[in-house]
Amino acid sequence: MTMLADNISLHLSGFDLLRNVSLEVEAGKVTAIVGPNGAGKSSLLKVITGEMEPSKGSVSLNQQPLSQWSLDKKAQMLAVLPQHTLLNFPFTADEVVGLGRIPHQTGSLKDAQIVAEALELVDASYLQKRFYTQMSGGEKQRVQLARVLAQIWQPCELGEQFLVLDEPTSAFDLSHQKLTLDIVRNLASRGVGVVMVVHDLNLASRCADNLVVFNGGVIEAMGSPEDVLTEQLIDKVFGVKSIIAKHPATQRPLVIT
Amino acid sequence: MRRFSASGLIWALAIILPVVSLLSMTVGTVSISFSDLFAADSRQTETILFDIRLPRILLAICVGAVLSSTGAVMQGLFRNPLADPSLIGVSSGASVGASLMIVAAGGFIQSGALLGLSLVAVGAFVGGFVATLLVYRLATSGIGTSVTTMLLAGIAIAAIAGALNSLLSYFSDNDMLRQISLWQMGNLSGASWTKVTIMASVALLLMSLFPRDSRALNALLLGESEARHLGVDVQAVKRRLIILTALGVGVCVALAGLVGFVGLIIPHIVRLAIGPDHRWLIPASALAGATLLVFADSLARIVVIPAELPTGILTALLGAPFFVVLLLQQRKQV
Repeated sequence: MTMLADNISLHLSGFDLLRNVSLEVEAGKVTAIVGPNGAGKSSLLKVITGEMEPSKGSVSLNQQPLSQWSLDKKAQMLAVLPQHTLLNFPFTADEVVGLGRIPHQTGSLKDAQIVAEALELVDASYLQKRFYTQMSGGEKQRVQLARVLAQIWQPCELGEQFLVLDEPTSAFDLSHQKLTLDIVRNLASRGVGVVMVVHDLNLASRCADNLVVFNGGVIEAMGSPEDVLTEQLIDKVFGVKSIIAKHPATQRPLVIT
Repeated sequence: MRRFSASGLIWALAIILPVVSLLSMTVGTVSISFSDLFAADSRQTETILFDIRLPRILLAICVGAVLSSTGAVMQGLFRNPLADPSLIGVSSGASVGASLMIVAAGGFIQSGALLGLSLVAVGAFVGGFVATLLVYRLATSGIGTSVTTMLLAGIAIAAIAGALNSLLSYFSDNDMLRQISLWQMGNLSGASWTKVTIMASVALLLMSLFPRDSRALNALLLGESEARHLGVDVQAVKRRLIILTALGVGVCVALAGLVGFVGLIIPHIVRLAIGPDHRWLIPASALAGATLLVFADSLARIVVIPAELPTGILTALLGAPFFVVLLLQQRKQV
């Protein structure tokens, strides 16, 4: 069971944002997408989550074209965390996370329990009754992460579940970056397919099963971090000289610039 | 900022509203004692109570409830706590429709004929609906309805309506001019059982359909694409809520003129008190709006005895200072 983008192209007001992109996101695996700004990472996320129709090619979720899933069924299988959420109404943290339970009919008691557990997981229990509008950037992002986690908290009988994260760690300090990676790995071992856009190559190297490098709307390289991360590729895509070493503890590639 | 319990507020208002309504029955040009409410001693008292005051109070309840609940819905839909039902063009359109009827059918109204009054109501309703339709059309393209475009289109339509209104005022005689400006102040004095029946059915329709979309409105506060990812059919919700609001506000304006302020400030105050969850916000706003309007209308009947003031003047005079006090308190706590 997978989330599949087959030969996708996306043209928007005269620009080619994506050209012939094919990507398979497997359940139980973590796929990290890296690339320079404007390379098409977010556009790809918009297409695979159904927010934008591709100009060419097709997208499917669990063997069925994405557009054929009804919105509420899709929401039970696929949760999406955008880069920014502009919420300027004074919801409390547990109300925001509770929104993640909208697609489910589990009853308010069960929902409240899931909300509390999700907040606990992202180290935000202390925010429960605080107002979203008065939180710091990192706190807001953790609450939003808890919201999408609550959305796919329990396995779904319709098919495998997927989580799409657009730069989930951008506002996080070191400990919460680590926490996010642990959460992502745990989800994958539970069978959830995770796709995330990240900027930190070492973060991607540490947690990805599949690393996708985007450049100029096409996939430049794809595979395990060991195969993909080379000095030549980083020079070509980012224009930065680097040294690839091995992380002494994890044995994963370590990019030193 | 501390929150009150939502169910607590709803219970409190559910007690306050009947009390205020009962008190409102006793006041007016003719003061009627509380005991006479239940055992009217004369034919005249009975007429005042049941043919004049009761329909007027019920109309106030329904108009207040509809204006505030649609206000809460629009603020959620536009993700803007300063939105109000007039944003979608319904009030400005209705005002042109009403003015047009007053000027065109002036003769009927001067003679005080019932037909004249209902012509104004029909004109207001049709005007409001046409304007909303226009705003909605302008903002809807292949990819859905843009709330930003809707906001801008609403402003443009309001400007055109304002100009048309001025034009109509320019060409009307003194009496029509007075009619137009009185209508624009909002007035409940023309209440009748027919009006109450129409208004109450619309209010009931809205109150029974809004709960269905309250969770969708909560999700929409995150943003449209976030709501879609939570399984909300955003376009359908938008269309449904805009039609219901246009209907509700259109009928309010047609039957009671432009009662301003209630739809903007009441949901805002209620949100400050109990938070933005629409499952509570909409019913609580409806009750609070109904209470404010009954209270304001009671005052309108007694402040300048034996004459009375248009209700719309009192809603703003009462609500705005209260709102300012709330804002100041909120600033102190931050």
